[in-house]
Amino acid sequence: MITYILCFMLFLVGLYGAVTRRNLVKIAISLSIMEFSTFLFFALLGYIDGGVAPIVNPAEPNKIYVDPLPQALVLTAIVIGLATTALMMAIIIRLYRKYGTFDIREIKNLRG
Amino acid sequence: MNPLIPLFVITPLAATFLIMIIGRFIKEFNKYFTSLTLLILVIISFYCLFKTGGNVSVYKVGGWEPINRIPIGIYMVMDGFSTIIVCIINSIGFLSAFYSISYIKRYTAENYFYALFCLMIAGMNGVVLSGDLFNIFVFLEISVISAYSLVAFGVEKNELEASFKYQVLGSIASFLILFGIGFIYWKTRTLNIADIKEAFSSGYDKSYYLFVQILMLSGFGLKAAIIPFHAWLPDAHSSAPSPISAMLSGVLIKAVGIYVIIRLFFNMFIISEEMAILITTLGTISMLIGGILMIGQWDVKRLFAYSSICQIGYVVLSVGIGMILISRGLKHDVAVLSIAGGLFHLINHAAFKSLLFLNAGAIEYRTGTRDLKEIGGLARYMPVTSSTSFIASMSISGIPPFNGFFSKLIIIIAAIMAKFYLLAALTVIVSIITLASFLKFQRYAFYDKQEYPKEPKPKEVPFPMVFSMIVLSIVCLLLSLLVFPGFRDAVLTPAIDILMDPLKYSSQIIGL
Repeated sequence: MITYILCFMLFLVGLYGAVTRRNLVKIAISLSIMEFSTFLFFALLGYIDGGVAPIVNPAEPNKIYVDPLPQALVLTAIVIGLATTALMMAIIIRLYRKYGTFDIREIKNLRG
Repeated sequence: MNPLIPLFVITPLAATFLIMIIGRFIKEFNKYFTSLTLLILVIISFYCLFKTGGNVSVYKVGGWEPINRIPIGIYMVMDGFSTIIVCIINSIGFLSAFYSISYIKRYTAENYFYALFCLMIAGMNGVVLSGDLFNIFVFLEISVISAYSLVAFGVEKNELEASFKYQVLGSIASFLILFGIGFIYWKTRTLNIADIKEAFSSGYDKSYYLFVQILMLSGFGLKAAIIPFHAWLPDAHSSAPSPISAMLSGVLIKAVGIYVIIRLFFNMFIISEEMAILITTLGTISMLIGGILMIGQWDVKRLFAYSSICQIGYVVLSVGIGMILISRGLKHDVAVLSIAGGLFHLINHAAFKSLLFLNAGAIEYRTGTRDLKEIGGLARYMPVTSSTSFIASMSISGIPPFNGFFSKLIIIIAAIMAKFYLLAALTVIVSIITLASFLKFQRYAFYDKQEYPKEPKPKEVPFPMVFSMIVLSIVCLLLSLLVFPGFRDAVLTPAIDILMDPLKYSSQIIGL
């Protein structure tokens, strides 16, 4: 249980960072922390105590296997997360070229 | 097995790759190929709309048959509700792509634009046709990642800022959704929506259930820009190129936001009264605050963007009233009417809001500004833009005989019959505010001054843009036919049947 709580705390740490940080890159890092806490949660979901990798061997029918589905989901989600992070970094670099700063308080053309 | 279902995802994905490869060697290939692809999809989607009716057809990706009635593998599901949304996505997509043929000349890198456009369509079709929770997440990410980059397509200060805001909020929403999916998988050990429904019907832990529902509602609510989560929408929708604004406002917030919320809450969760009241409240707040923020705007596209929040509020409100009635188990026919009003308004909003954004694009194309104070007297120079935007403004404000009138009327009647008099009154008031802001737009853009103040005088936009605007304004008129029984039975009734009878959805999918 404690691992689940730690995992959720990691999520909240990321959320806190995304809300309070002023630097664009730090916001991106906080979002990555949130993302990885979610991945960790998925990995924990499939874990079974004493389980082994789910490669079924007919000779040993009583073996315990971990749930392979969350692992497949995490792999997919990591790929998606990579795309999001790469796009966000590209936008941050462009923003830096236009505004000359990483400070989000100075990037406020749009309001109202 | 319905072999047509995967076409909706495969065709635009294939178009994306072909555009990136062949578009490099053959000039002009990208624009005509995109329009052609989407035209084919429009034809297939309307064929499916009239063929599906009340049936639920399933495509099992990879041909994995269920074992002991437990579905394995990914299911794609097409029923009355999803075909309507697929029709909207592909028709608006086709018209926006056709409009882009002349509009997008002012940008460089047209190949990337059309490739991302097709990718976005593929993602949205995938979300709508998916019967699997994680698959919804994957397609949702495909469509929103392409939307992020399309919002930033102008790569100027405003576009980049809007895209960054959209990305931060969109990523938080995605992680909330992913967390919710994790929690659902934890308890039910399945990801198929119909199967989850079965697992939930056999009892659940109340606090866990509420937590999952809140996670899902806030995640998809952020994508749909319901009011506490709306901050990204006005920036993103006003900074994107106009055809993309039409797609985002007219289709994307519905396909990845409202559609999924309705689908999950009706066909996956068991409707509880607290959540129904919460959803109705969120809808009411969106409607009110969106309306109030809308009237003070001087930027044309910002005004339209706020009005999107307001109109989405109408949809959420009327669906929420239906949910309250269902959860209390009384007045079944009023609940049906209310949900019908919501779906009808959803369809109508796609038509007139994308038309309005295309009009804004036409104004910007000829005058180079979006500020209402700087333009005026355009009715003389741009008659088609002026008349089509008049039709759209009247539709959105609910003037008969345009489509917006009938859907708002149904929503108001349903609210009165359900004895929510305050909500009915608010709906009427917000409708008047909408009328006021759109009369403001009409006056300052087209009539205020005798002559357009600057030289050179603008002239009518090129043919592709005119064509899209005229088709959409005819659609605005024709959609009012949906209020008559013959058309309603063909289009709206199957969708409502699926939503009202969740057992039908799950039993048909699991039984197949």
